Amino acid sequence: MTDEQDKILDEVTNSEYKYGFVTDVETEMIPKGLNEDVIRMISKKKEEPDWMLEFRLNAFRHWQKMEMPTWAHLTIPEINYQDIIYYAAPKRKAAPGSLDEIDPELKATFDKLGIPLEEQKMLTGVAVDAVMDSTSVKTTFRETLAEQGIIFCSMTEAIKEHPDLVRKYLASVVPPTDNFFAALNSAVFSDGSFCYIPKGVRCPMELSTYFRINAANTGQFERTLIVADDDSYVSYLEGCTAPMRDENQLHAAIVEIIAMENAEVKYSTVQNWYPGDKNGKGGIYNFVTKRGMCRGKNSKISWTQVETGSAITWKYPSCILLGDNSYSEFYSVAVTNNYQQADTGTKMIHIGKNTRSRIVSKGISAGFSNNSYRGLVKVLKGAENARNFSQCDSLLLGDKCGAHTFPYLEVENPSSIVEHEATTSKIGEDQIFYCNQRGLSTEDAVGLIINGYAKEVLNKLPMEFAVEAQKLLQISLEGSVG
Amino acid sequence: MLVIKDLHAKINDKEILKGINLEVKAGEVHAIMGPNGSGKSTLASVLTGRELVEVTHGQVEFNGKNLLEMSPEIRSREGIFLSFQYPVEIPGVSMVNFMKAAVNEHRKYKGLGPLSASDFLKLLRERKELVEIDSALTNRSVNEGFSGGEKKKNEIFQMAMLEPKLAILDETDSGLDIDALRIVANGVNKLKRPDNAVVVITHYQRLLDYIVPDFVHILYNGRIVKSAGKELALELEKKGYDWIKNGEGL
Repeated sequence: MTDEQDKILDEVTNSEYKYGFVTDVETEMIPKGLNEDVIRMISKKKEEPDWMLEFRLNAFRHWQKMEMPTWAHLTIPEINYQDIIYYAAPKRKAAPGSLDEIDPELKATFDKLGIPLEEQKMLTGVAVDAVMDSTSVKTTFRETLAEQGIIFCSMTEAIKEHPDLVRKYLASVVPPTDNFFAALNSAVFSDGSFCYIPKGVRCPMELSTYFRINAANTGQFERTLIVADDDSYVSYLEGCTAPMRDENQLHAAIVEIIAMENAEVKYSTVQNWYPGDKNGKGGIYNFVTKRGMCRGKNSKISWTQVETGSAITWKYPSCILLGDNSYSEFYSVAVTNNYQQADTGTKMIHIGKNTRSRIVSKGISAGFSNNSYRGLVKVLKGAENARNFSQCDSLLLGDKCGAHTFPYLEVENPSSIVEHEATTSKIGEDQIFYCNQRGLSTEDAVGLIINGYAKEVLNKLPMEFAVEAQKLLQISLEGSVG
Repeated sequence: MLVIKDLHAKINDKEILKGINLEVKAGEVHAIMGPNGSGKSTLASVLTGRELVEVTHGQVEFNGKNLLEMSPEIRSREGIFLSFQYPVEIPGVSMVNFMKAAVNEHRKYKGLGPLSASDFLKLLRERKELVEIDSALTNRSVNEGFSGGEKKKNEIFQMAMLEPKLAILDETDSGLDIDALRIVANGVNKLKRPDNAVVVITHYQRLLDYIVPDFVHILYNGRIVKSAGKELALELEKKGYDWIKNGEGL
């Protein structure tokens, strides 16, 4: 029977990564290595004000004193930070037409990724900021959104055009000293998206950022900042892919979300960085700090993530529940296959009264992979009547992979109620056979079972993305069952 | 339709089937009875291609094709349906989606395109009525939280959706109260046509009051030891399996 499962696993895990191509575009790169001069160079290229350069240099000086943390349940080969290129940008061809003209090569790349950059071709109701390597290529629907006072642009532009807003909120949730990778990002971040929803505005379309790594030997360090002012609402999506390469590439991003009184922010991620080949060679190191702050009363932040890519994923989209009656939820599906590793989860920090949080995590491990859930629920003294419910399920395909759960609870207020449920199960041969007997192939059966298992999370995604994510789950596990 | 010749099969090196011969023709209903451990469910597993059973000898032909060479899903698409003794739960997968996927796979195999959503729902409604299944069941996840009776009814509903040529009912009566038994049997009878066949695997006579067999076979110790008309089931009910075990009835 074990043989049979091996065969199944082999079949479901042997799929090709669809987004592994490289775009042949002239790229401007700075030399490898990291020092203050490099940081000055990045800041200069981006034509930044002095305060921004100061911010970067302070972060860098702090980073130099830090050491890479080792507490995660991950095996990470040593990273030589001097061997990485910290800035790479597709060269803007001198276009005779408008300044907005995009290199056709880049346009073709994003078309191929299913992200058309012409507004008339876009999915209706989704505005996109397309980021390639270290720069934003194009942000669509900016004008339409601006009519309602919504700012949606690249971080580089935001620093120039909206310095007051950026200075007010940047690093207010994730300070540069927060952790090793946050400090690194704060020193060298190149681009990302900025989004501001003014008071009382319900953003009429989904905002999204698509991150693409293209250049070799580079790291991508982007920074996203979302501010939802009082009584506003926005739904935000993030997607990402990278070429197939034998070398590992580092992606160390920061996402900060601020929700003011009665504001609601939904943040959804479909993470599909190149996971490496089936022998564990290559792939992206995805070391990301994502954190939201429910600053105002009755504010709400939701994280939904579908994690299928990256050689190593290390991230905990979290929320600080500061405002009274604020609410946060974290819905996650993390799939690891072959030699992928993931240590992911969330932190919910309850500070305000009557704050509530909900955590639903579904891990799926196949091949030789390791998949860990790590979560912290912290209820501070003043958080009267705080509530948390956590559910962590793990599903194993085969017997060579691992699933681990590390829940931490720190409760300082006696009126709070914190619940935690966890299950671990193996995908049943009898379930697969049942589907076979009804005429479904094993691969389809596994897809169906996995999607059923992850349904609670997938249901949280905006429609178009839910369909994409379902397919992605199935593809990620292709060849792992048969 | 189905021709089994000298079939031997083992599970984990233990020989369970020791030379089965059986022929099922279109339009017929066969009952296979026998005590626990006689090989009834193993036979169902061999016919549906469950991997844990290894066929060591013999042939099985289904409509002229070598059944043993087909994967389980191909057997299904060729028209073999098993009503499971213990239907499994598949959390999060709605019955509607499950059946849609199955029906469309069967159609694809026949060279037909997928059913439109409205045609599919029409079919679903029609078949639900036919087998008297509660309409809420199809909105739930596959077998999840179903009672024993609901699970068995759900099996017959799936049979109605897939319209198999050969339906194998493995202990479909176990765990059913008399009302559920009647509903399940009615469903099977309504689906009976001259061009399909049913093999009923059961311990007890009571299901055969509702699904009346043309032939009754007694499976004992891996072999069919006695075959006769429906009256055999009654005789067995009266005399018990000891009658067979002691070799008296043979």
